[in-house]
Amino acid sequence: MVHIKVAAGLLSLTAALISSTAYAQTEVTWWHAMGAELGERLEAIAAGFNASQSDYVVTPVFKGTYPETLTAAIAAFRANEQPAIVQVFEVGTGTMMAAKGAVYPVHKLMTDNGEPWDPSGFLAPVVGYYSDTEGNILSMPFNSSTPIMYYNKDVFEKAGLDPEVAPRTWAEVEEFSRKIVESGAAPCGFTSGWISWVQLENLSAIHDAPYGTLENGFGGLGTEFTFNGDVQVKHWENLKKWADAGLYQYGGPVGGNDAPPKFYAQECAIYTNSSASRAGVILNSKDFRVGFAPLPYYDDVIAEPKNSIIGGATLWTLNGHSPEVYAGVAKFFTYLSKPEVQAGWHQATGYLPITNAAYELGQSQGYYEATPGSDIAIKQITRGEPSANSKGIRFGNLTQVRDAIDAEFEALLAGSKTAKQALDAAVERGNQILRDFEAANS
Amino acid sequence: MQTKRTIFPNKLLPYALLTPQLIITIVFFLWPAAQAVKSSFEREDPFGFRTTFIWFQNYTRLFGEPEYLNSLNRTAIFAIAVTFISMSVSLLLAVAVSRLLRSGRAYTTLLVWPYAVAPVLAGILWWFMFNPTIGIVPYLLNQFGISWNHRIRGNDAMVLVVLAASWKQISYNFLFFVAGLQSVPRSLIEAAAIDGAGPFKRFWTIVFPLISPTTFFLMIVNINYAMFDTFGIIDGTTSGGPAGATNTLVYKVYADGFLGLNIGSSSAQSVVLMAIVIVLTVIQFRWVERRVQY
Repeated sequence: MVHIKVAAGLLSLTAALISSTAYAQTEVTWWHAMGAELGERLEAIAAGFNASQSDYVVTPVFKGTYPETLTAAIAAFRANEQPAIVQVFEVGTGTMMAAKGAVYPVHKLMTDNGEPWDPSGFLAPVVGYYSDTEGNILSMPFNSSTPIMYYNKDVFEKAGLDPEVAPRTWAEVEEFSRKIVESGAAPCGFTSGWISWVQLENLSAIHDAPYGTLENGFGGLGTEFTFNGDVQVKHWENLKKWADAGLYQYGGPVGGNDAPPKFYAQECAIYTNSSASRAGVILNSKDFRVGFAPLPYYDDVIAEPKNSIIGGATLWTLNGHSPEVYAGVAKFFTYLSKPEVQAGWHQATGYLPITNAAYELGQSQGYYEATPGSDIAIKQITRGEPSANSKGIRFGNLTQVRDAIDAEFEALLAGSKTAKQALDAAVERGNQILRDFEAANS
Repeated sequence: MQTKRTIFPNKLLPYALLTPQLIITIVFFLWPAAQAVKSSFEREDPFGFRTTFIWFQNYTRLFGEPEYLNSLNRTAIFAIAVTFISMSVSLLLAVAVSRLLRSGRAYTTLLVWPYAVAPVLAGILWWFMFNPTIGIVPYLLNQFGISWNHRIRGNDAMVLVVLAASWKQISYNFLFFVAGLQSVPRSLIEAAAIDGAGPFKRFWTIVFPLISPTTFFLMIVNINYAMFDTFGIIDGTTSGGPAGATNTLVYKVYADGFLGLNIGSSSAQSVVLMAIVIVLTVIQFRWVERRVQY
C-alpha cells in the first residue's frame, strides 16, 4: 500500500513537473496525513481541482501520521522549504494559532484574493472549534470527525440481545457486555480507539463537565486542566473495573491501533472510534452486520447529553510563498467547499460534511435514508445547545498532554494508580506542559 | 598492541590528509552537538520565532520530573539486560560453532542474518509476534495459562524490547567472538587438555581470559547500542509504553522533541545522554581495560 502511494505520489509529481513546464502552471504543494483509502480520496479531490482549471496544479504529498506531518511542516518552515498548504490535526490547532508569523489566516487569504468566503455556510460546531477569540476562522476546515459507537449485530444476536437496539448508556454497555461475554458470543464486550479524545475529551463535553479553565482554553494561554472531576473519575474507575472483569479491552495508546482489529475479528462486540473509521469498518466487516449509534453516556449524570466535539484536521496556509501561489490556494479552497466535493468526501469517508450545503445536498440525494447510521455523527455533534464545556477545547502542546493521559491510563489499568490518582497526575503533568507553552509563546 | 610510527617529511601533508575526516566530524558531529548544547539553554516555540535564554532551567526541570528519573532507571535496566543477554548468548553460540569442524560455516552464515534486518523492521516483526490481539506468542502462552499483555503490563513490555534488541545484536557479537576464538592458540588448549583440564576449566581459565579484548570491545559497543541504536525497535514495538515502562532516554529525546515539539527539553536530554556515554566510556577505559590482557 505504501509503495503504491509513493509511486502514485511520484507519478503525480512528475506529471505536475512536466505540465508546469508545458503550460507554466503555478504549483501548490499540499502536505497531508491521509493514508490508505482516505489518501486515495484526497488525491482524487486534488485531481478534480487540477482538471477543473488550467492555471494551477495542486500536488498532494503524503507525509505520514498527523504528528509526523506537523513536525515535518515545522521543520520545513524553519528551513524555508514549507509547503503552501499543510493538513494539521485538531490537536495541533493551539500550536498553529500561536504561530502567528507562520500562518496566513484563511479568512484573510480568501478576501485578499477576492474569493467568496462565508463562515456562516459552515456547520456551527466546526466554526466554533476553529475560530480565534475574534471569531475569525484561521484555517480551512477539511476533514472533521467525531467519535461514535459501532457494534456487531451478529454477536448481539448470538448473546440473546436485540440486534437493532444499541446500548444507550454506559450502564447498558456494561449490561450488554456482560451478557456477550457470559454467553460466550464474543470474548470481550467493548474496546475503544483514542482514549484521550473519546474517553476523556468527548466524555467531558457530553456530560457538560469542564475540561479546562478559561472556557476549555479558548479564553487564553493561562488555562489549566480540570478533567479530574467527578464524571471523569467515575468513568475511569468503571473502565478499570470493566477491564478487570474482561468486559473492556484496551486498544493501545494514541489512536489505539489494536482496537480496530479486535472489532474486525469479532473479539469485541462494541467499538467506539471516530466517525471516519466508518470506511474501514465497512471494508472489514464483510462477515458480520454492523450497527451505528451515538456515544453512550451516564443518564444519572446528565439527562440530555450535550453535543460531542470535533476531531480530524484543517488545512493551514503557510507564509513565505508568492501571490500567485496564494491565488491558487484560494481557488482550491473555493473548489474544496463546493457542496458536491464536500458531500462526496463526507459520504466516502465518514467525515462530517463541513458545510450546511453539503449536508443538504446529501439529504436531497436521499443518502442518509439509503445508508443507515451515516448521519449519527452529524446529529450527535449538532444536538442541543452547545455549552462552554461542549464547544470544544483549545490547548497548546496538546499532543504531549495526550501522551501523558495515555501513560496515566496505562498506570490505572496496570493497577499502580487509582482512577483519581491517575487523573490528578495527568492534570498535574498537563498543567506543567501548558505553562511551558505559555512561557514559550508570550 | 604495538604502535606504528610514520614520519612525514612534509609538515602540511598530514594535515591535508586529515582534513576530509575532520570536516566530516565537524559538520556531522561537533556542529550538531554544539547546536544541541546551545538549544538546551533556551526555551523556544516550535517555529523558532521566540527564543529565550533560560540558563539551566531545562536541566533543573528535567531532574525534578519523576518521568525522567523513571526513564533513567528504565534505560539502566534495559542496557544492562541487553548487553548481558546478547553477549552471553552470542558467546555460547560462538563456542558451539567453533567446536564444529565442517558445518561451522553454514551456522555462521545463518546466525548473521538478523544483523541485516533494519531495526524498525525487527521491531515490527516482534510487534507482530507478540501483539496481544493478533500475535502468535500471546496465543501460545495463553494455552499454558500465561496471559501476555505488554500494552498494559510494564514488565511484559520490557521483556519484549529486551528480547527484540538482544536478538538484533547477537549476530554482530557472534562474529566478533568467532574471530576472537580463532585467535586463541590451539597449542595452549591442547596442553591444558593433556594436563587433564576439562572443557569448562579450559574455557574459563584459558579461552575466556584470552578473548577478553574482544569481550571488552563488545561491551562498549553493546552498551552504546542499547542506549542509542535501539530507538527503531522501541518505536516499532511499544512506543515507550505502557506508562513509560520502556521509555528509554533516547526514545524520550525523540518523543519530547519530535512529537512533543519541546526542543529545549529534548536538547537538554540529549546533552545529558551524551554526558552519560562519555562518562561510561571513560570509566570503561580507565578501570575495566586494566584488567584486560591484550
